[in-house]
Amino acid sequence: MSEIKKKIRSILPGGDWNPLYDTSYLPPESSDVVIVGGGVLGLSVAYWLKKLEKPRGAIRVLVVERDHTYSRASTVLSVGGIRQQFSVPENVQLSIFSIDFLRNINEYLAVADDPPLDIQFNPSGYLLLASEKGAAIMENNVKVQRQEGAKVCLMSPEQLRNKFPWINTEGVALASYGMEHEGWFDPWCLLQGLRRKVQSMGVLFCRGEVTRFVSSSNLMKTASGEEVNLKRIHEVHVKIDQSLEYQPVECAIVINAAGAWSGQVAELAGIGKGPPGTLQGTKLPVELRKRYVYLWHCPQGPGLETPFVIDPSGTYFRREGLGHNYLGGCSPTEEEEPDPGNLEVDHDFFQDRVWPPLAQRVPAFETLKVRSAWAGYYDYNTFDQNGVVGPHPLVINMYFATGFSGHGLQQAPAVGRAVAEMVLEGHFQTINLSSFLFSRFYSGEKVQEHNII
Amino acid sequence: MAAPKAVSDRISMSPQIEACSAVSAFRVSVNTQEARSKRQQKASPTKARDGIADTHPLGVGKDRTLQAQRLLSHPPQSLHLVAPVWNGGTRGISGLSRVVAPKGNQKKGRSLLQFLADRFYDVEALRDHLLRKRVSKVHQKNRPFNHINQRYGPYVAGAYFILKQGGAVRFQGREWSRPNQRGHFSLDFLKLQAVPVEAVDASGCAINYQGLDSLLALKELQSLWLQRCPHVDDWCLSRLHPLASSLQELSLAGCPRVSERGLACLHHLWNLRRLDISDLPAVSSPGLTRILVEEMLPSCEVLGADWAQDLKLGPEEQPRDTAGPTPA
Repeated sequence: MSEIKKKIRSILPGGDWNPLYDTSYLPPESSDVVIVGGGVLGLSVAYWLKKLEKPRGAIRVLVVERDHTYSRASTVLSVGGIRQQFSVPENVQLSIFSIDFLRNINEYLAVADDPPLDIQFNPSGYLLLASEKGAAIMENNVKVQRQEGAKVCLMSPEQLRNKFPWINTEGVALASYGMEHEGWFDPWCLLQGLRRKVQSMGVLFCRGEVTRFVSSSNLMKTASGEEVNLKRIHEVHVKIDQSLEYQPVECAIVINAAGAWSGQVAELAGIGKGPPGTLQGTKLPVELRKRYVYLWHCPQGPGLETPFVIDPSGTYFRREGLGHNYLGGCSPTEEEEPDPGNLEVDHDFFQDRVWPPLAQRVPAFETLKVRSAWAGYYDYNTFDQNGVVGPHPLVINMYFATGFSGHGLQQAPAVGRAVAEMVLEGHFQTINLSSFLFSRFYSGEKVQEHNII
Repeated sequence: MAAPKAVSDRISMSPQIEACSAVSAFRVSVNTQEARSKRQQKASPTKARDGIADTHPLGVGKDRTLQAQRLLSHPPQSLHLVAPVWNGGTRGISGLSRVVAPKGNQKKGRSLLQFLADRFYDVEALRDHLLRKRVSKVHQKNRPFNHINQRYGPYVAGAYFILKQGGAVRFQGREWSRPNQRGHFSLDFLKLQAVPVEAVDASGCAINYQGLDSLLALKELQSLWLQRCPHVDDWCLSRLHPLASSLQELSLAGCPRVSERGLACLHHLWNLRRLDISDLPAVSSPGLTRILVEEMLPSCEVLGADWAQDLKLGPEEQPRDTAGPTPA
């Protein structure tokens, strides 16, 4: 083609010639998929979209993340545990795939000429303790887990005392111990590995905040004759950090992976704007919840074999490093939920709610010294504390990948693949997550998990 | 992170170069006529090298190489804001160096490098292919021998697996069987279907997570040597717990991927009497790790790094500085 024609084409709208000022910091004007949120779930969806697309390079993906240092992202503030000890079979399957992904992470996320990733996985397992009341539930759960292929063994208090002499088994009727494929790892490394691989696959990143969705509505009739108002998002307005400037990005699909802020993003799309009790009026029930993590030092504490211990009271701790340091915390009850406006740590919470059960369970923890603490957000699903995956029934091109209430990190690789399959094929292919769709909030079918920390 | 930037730079540079070669508002290009005349000016001192250039099999490529190198080392003296002279033949990146007119270093190595750099994506695909072949070779070595397992039992299948990898096996009440230098081994252990395997020496073998399947079926294994295995890592160690009732001796010396996180899951092996964890490069503090492992396995003799090597000298034991008396 002659050069003159090329030049004219670049000047006309749609080309990227802009002689007046440099606009390379803006996101592109159009993108096939816009992923709101660049944490581990958003990047996992981007990775699997680029991996499963046919032909290669077919889909243009844009990841919008407003916090480029990830200072408030749940991913990096997480304790990093991964377990298969869930009671919902889909959760067990998600974790099993995710641990396979982590084991072969250098095959999945290899980038030419870059050093291999070391996620520093500690295969020490999870030890869940149950009181008399919870023993029957725990046995049921272990049966479900074993059916899915998890390697969990049940231990009596006697066996527990033999294996872990530092545990005080008073009040413990049964314990379930994950022998393999459970432990904790470095979430920052996973995030950076995903980010690096996803950039090498051609995904575009933008540092900005989604402020508006421009959508169009269609009044349609269902098979039974009801009238439904189906919405389709056409444009995403991405506001650039610390500026009033925004870029309207034309998109075909929007993926809501904004973590703890997913509820706000869903409201922008008009989800939940309607009379309560109807499908239009059902909000996305994902809220910010603040959780504290404390790091303490105890020289007489348990040794190298310490698993991730979860007490029946909800208190948990795990070993950190070789120097007798431990990380732990507790989930507050509904009444004492801290204000999620900031990430300040409440040290009295440790004194009142975390330390007493810890010291009762592990007598060596009576003498400990708190070294540091931090707070992070859970993308807490107030409905049933399990994830929301898949498209919204009314806003037909918004897909959710959020609401995992504390176990999003450990299920991220599998959830990313499920959402990518949903987007590319229209149905779940490998793991069937139909029970995690949005429509359960309207129909009231809770997918209740009995093992949440 | 310098490396990923380099890759993304390379990826992002190509469309820019292509854009340059196409149409752009302010363009700087070197008139090829002018470049050719400049080359002739410098012809005399480099006559000998020109001879090599002419007879080089990649004649045209050599020309382009010289042009590219010359432009890089000596920027053109006058820059023209001209319409590009399309000398027809710039096909993407590789043809671009013909547009610029350099002349320079004529070493043979440089031209090979330029040849490879022109075909960047092909070279990258080739490297990717070679890496994947290497990985699949390891997978192939660790495949399960299901037909042998069904026909002869788990002990014989495990022994065959180890011998095929180049390791050694000892059945109960017998001597060590090893493959010879060429990798051949006698198959007379096939009749030992009911005799358990007591000791396995898999030192230096390419055994990995999948390959441990065959080993874990050996329920009466007493001694396992995994010295210097390049693919044994923390995940593999977490798989060893089914051998807990019989395993008495384990050696992990020299495994490059085993770290203290994997050693933490050896506490399942309550029957272990001898553990060798010396010379593990991935362990961050070998002395401290040895102490912690000894505490974790009280009835086991742990061979490892000397715990004193991690200790630093106290202030009173510091070597005296011979520079002079401290200032008052």
